[in-house]
Amino acid sequence: MPKLTVTDTTGKTATLDARTGLSVMETLRSNGYPVVGECEGSLACATCHVIVDPAWADRLPEISEKEEDMLDTVFDLTATSRLCCQIIMGDQLDGLAVSLPTT
Amino acid sequence: MTVSPPLTTDVVIIGAGPVGLFAIFQCGMLGLRAHVVDTLDTPGGQCAALYPEKPIYDIPSRPEVLAGDLIAGLEAQARPFDPVFHLGQTVETLEGTADEGFTVTTSAGTVICASAVMIAAGGGSFGPNRPPLDGLSAYEGHAVVYSVQRKEDFRDRRVVIAGGGDSAVDWAVALADVAASVAVVHRRPKFRAAPDMVARMTTLAESGRIDLVTPYQLAGLDGDGGALSGVLVRHTDGSSRRLEADILLPLFGLRMDLGPLASWGLGIDKGHVAVNPATLETARPGVFAIGDITHYPGKLKLILCGFAEAAMAAHQVFALARPGEALHFEHSTSKPPAVPRPCNSAMAS
Ligand SMILES: Cc1cc2nc3c(=O)[nH]c(=O)nc-3n(C[C@H](O)[C@H](O)[C@H](O)COP(=O)(O)OP(=O)(O)OC[C@H]3O[C@@H](n4cnc5c(N)ncnc54)[C@H](O)[C@@H]3O)c2cc1C
Ligand code: FES
Repeated sequence: MPKLTVTDTTGKTATLDARTGLSVMETLRSNGYPVVGECEGSLACATCHVIVDPAWADRLPEISEKEEDMLDTVFDLTATSRLCCQIIMGDQLDGLAVSLPTT
Repeated sequence: MTVSPPLTTDVVIIGAGPVGLFAIFQCGMLGLRAHVVDTLDTPGGQCAALYPEKPIYDIPSRPEVLAGDLIAGLEAQARPFDPVFHLGQTVETLEGTADEGFTVTTSAGTVICASAVMIAAGGGSFGPNRPPLDGLSAYEGHAVVYSVQRKEDFRDRRVVIAGGGDSAVDWAVALADVAASVAVVHRRPKFRAAPDMVARMTTLAESGRIDLVTPYQLAGLDGDGGALSGVLVRHTDGSSRRLEADILLPLFGLRMDLGPLASWGLGIDKGHVAVNPATLETARPGVFAIGDITHYPGKLKLILCGFAEAAMAAHQVFALARPGEALHFEHSTSKPPAVPRPCNSAMAS
């Protein structure tokens, strides 16, 4: 099963089993992380902002225009900010590392 | 705030999203009167505020329905029961018990007494998406505002607009001829707005009437805690800049926030209210929660599940509002809503 590494807002890092076909949002939420995912991945809430490890940024599927539009409503964005409901886990993302934003 | 004399009804429904609207119908079919409160100025919850133009495909018997049309249909279905809407108001307090009845008070001072309460609050009440800036609340209302009530309030003021959507672009263009200066802060050069308005904004920027500050994000407020003197912005490369400002207009859309609901003793866990799935009753007897706000094992956040929850909760409310009365149930086919719906009136006459 692909692994997902997550660093929370206190700096604590954990590695999770991430089921293929589930989004990073679903994976984090079901593991108890404070990722709300209010709109269940329909790009209408932006309550699933994560910061992708720069080493991984280019290996993710390209960001859609709709995701860019929704990112416009997020504060304190970084160069590798993503809405993680749009990142679907699979073998090609085994080892993906993300961190949670403080705001 | 002036508090009005209390209104009395059978049930108060908090939230006029799709589930709250259908609850009016279900209560109405059992002869129960409802008052409905919503923070937004129009009914419809997420369907109306977030995606009115999107088609929904999983409403039984509607292979495809626009979210806005679904809401229009729910409003029409509720209308025969004369619901009383209190829109543009947030329910702030919920007092009382199932034995003595409940009293809710809204931000506009409306007081409603009822035998039972149905919370159909979705993900919380809608409000502006507030930037997490230090000291923000001291400026809100006068120096940091989320909407334009009167253009005149901006005359000869130095205005900073933040955001990249239609409202940011529309207001930048509209305020350019009254404000002393207009700066638009956005995280990227591209604006997601009507192309003709973006073109007008670009023309105004070329002639120096608007300062387009991209790619920058809000970083801080500068002032004495009352009057604002500047807005600090941060470039994607990390460098900062200060914009002279009397007013900041952050336009980042709407966000849902549980707000006052969290303090009503309902046992909120991760933004949801736990209920008994057989009755939809919360930890507080006489208070029911339906729709997206609810949680029980197996709960699905779907409109159709919310509809079913509304029907089940209505039957529980009946027992509280009509103590001792037997609930004589008839299908809607045998007991159609008493008042003909407007769309049927031609046929009925
Ligand atoms: C883009 C998008 C697409 C979707 N697609 C589908 C789909 O295809 N099928 C489907 O079944 N579902 C879909 N959903 C989910 C669906 O919209 C929700 O399940 C539904 O809106 C929940 O209805 P609700 O009435 O429980 O809450 P909401 O629609 O969230 O309404 C709650 C209302 O309560 C008000 N409120 C909250 N607290 C207070 C208070 N204290 N005082 C006053 N008012 C208050 C809020 O202002 C709000 O208007 C989608 C959602 C989104 C965002
Ligand atoms: S869950 Fe709503 S945008 Fe990702």
